[in-house]
Amino acid sequence: MKAEAEAMRGDTGAPQDTTTSVLEPLRSGPGAYLPGRRRAVVAVAVVALLAAAPLVLSPYPVSAMTRMLAFAVLVIGVDLLTGVTGLPSLGQAAYFGVGAYTAVLVGVHITPDAMVQALAGLVMGLVAAAVTGWVAVRARGIVFLMLTLAIGESVHQVADTWSAVGGSNGLAGMPPISLFGGPSLLAAGFVYWWVLAVAALVFAAVALVVSSPYGRTLRGIRDNEARMRALGYRPALARYGVFCLAGAVAGVGGALWAQQARFVSPGDMGFEVAALALLSVVIGGAGSLWGPCLGAALVLFVRDSLSASIGGHGPLVLGAVFIAVVFLMPRGLAGLTGTRARLRNLTSARRRKENAS
Amino acid sequence: MTETTGLTAAAGTTGTDLLSVRDLRAGYAGTTVLDGVDFTVPAGAVVALLGRNGVGKSTFVHTVMGMLKPYSGSVRVGGRELAGAAAHTVARSGVAIVPQGRRVFAPLTVEENLRIAARASKAPRGGGGPWTPERVYELMPRLAERRANRGDQLSGGEQQMLAIGRALLRNPRLLLLDEPSDGLAPAVIDLIAELLEGLRGEGIAAVLVEQDLHLAFRLADEVAVMQKGRIVHRSSTADFRQDRARAHSLLGVG
Repeated sequence: MKAEAEAMRGDTGAPQDTTTSVLEPLRSGPGAYLPGRRRAVVAVAVVALLAAAPLVLSPYPVSAMTRMLAFAVLVIGVDLLTGVTGLPSLGQAAYFGVGAYTAVLVGVHITPDAMVQALAGLVMGLVAAAVTGWVAVRARGIVFLMLTLAIGESVHQVADTWSAVGGSNGLAGMPPISLFGGPSLLAAGFVYWWVLAVAALVFAAVALVVSSPYGRTLRGIRDNEARMRALGYRPALARYGVFCLAGAVAGVGGALWAQQARFVSPGDMGFEVAALALLSVVIGGAGSLWGPCLGAALVLFVRDSLSASIGGHGPLVLGAVFIAVVFLMPRGLAGLTGTRARLRNLTSARRRKENAS
Repeated sequence: MTETTGLTAAAGTTGTDLLSVRDLRAGYAGTTVLDGVDFTVPAGAVVALLGRNGVGKSTFVHTVMGMLKPYSGSVRVGGRELAGAAAHTVARSGVAIVPQGRRVFAPLTVEENLRIAARASKAPRGGGGPWTPERVYELMPRLAERRANRGDQLSGGEQQMLAIGRALLRNPRLLLLDEPSDGLAPAVIDLIAELLEGLRGEGIAAVLVEQDLHLAFRLADEVAVMQKGRIVHRSSTADFRQDRARAHSLLGVG
């Protein structure tokens, strides 16, 4: 104990055996948000690899990947709420749906411009979240979950019964998107590139938010809200802000989803979508951004592609995956990369303890 | 109230008291833990709040901080009435807490723990003060070494330093220290005491809730003893130390 006290005075000349862990924070910890050159290189490589997909794959898998990317945008928003801020939500599908309906309505009535549609989806998702969120953010934990579920089901019900947006039939007849007043993007590959570009942009923007002082505030709220209040913060305001932001992100995701499908129905915003988005976050690793994106791809792959070939038993597979993740990988897919650094940290901590005693 | 011998803070001195609590009643879910607490802290002074377990010391600190709403009574900080105000309002009035059990942000790094407090200080009423993360690192070089480590990777003593640093970054007028020695080894307590002694020149008033009498006597100008939700004794630290029989009857130690 004396040794520890001595060390804490900070005036011992002895070199610390903790230097490696000091210089290299856990990759899956808060350090995962820090922008670094290596991280940037990996990000560029992943986007480049994804961008090459239409060159080697046939249109059908490319369309499936487009849906995965659009869904991943929704999941990024859910992760921002659930993983970063600690607010598990089952209502994000509502804002996803609002974005999808907005994009189709803009596409049918106003312009085929993909950018205008996506922006409209963003704004309407933000507005819908701003209107409904003020009630939800007053609650936390299971109550928050139930409130967001209620919001989601209500919005779903509106879409299902409101004839102006097609009721349960949904809205069809959306013309193909175009960019910068150019020709219609008919090939699956072009739509894919557009969706990939927007998804990458959203990912980068959210990563910036998470590493900003505001993101630090959100993580502080997740860890200990009472403590944040005692430091002079108003957690309810920060929670409302992130709820609106997540709504805007979901709105963009919905717009992208509709641009690929060129059709929207109440099924695109139902409970199943919300649950799968939350499942993606859990499988991917709440709080990491790329993990849940992988989770989103996995979930949609099982539901849309694998399920058909195993007699429609996709949900069963998802259930099994969920249970396996909860028991075997409590930090999700994202937890796998940090393992080595974590082990190193554990050993150095143990060594420190031994030295101290 | 007849047994409240030695209540030095007479009613007339309120003007110089930074913290002035009158007839504070509070508790949890209808129970009464604080049963009419009268308590003052003169500007710049350190007052130790002593008492056996469960007499309401932590409840008192929580109520002053606005983390628990009182049933009735008055809490004035620098003349401003704060009873029933939200914690963030109390915090922005210049009150900071070093909570029992440290409660640092476990998933955040040391650096982030400090920045989060420093950023909150920019709130209008917090004002720009002398404390910056850099100055905290200077005062506690150990934290500088651990700056990239997560809160839950620190030892108890390091966490306590971080909790103190976090509170200082609020640039407080009044510091609420809730059992800073709790769960720490004697050598580490000594270190924390040294650290807090070094802050005496800053003119920060403090309420020090402590079970460790040596630490309390070392740091405090005055001593108050709580029993069953009331202050039953108040005197200067020197007076209190001289009368061992009284200390024994009040605290069961001595």
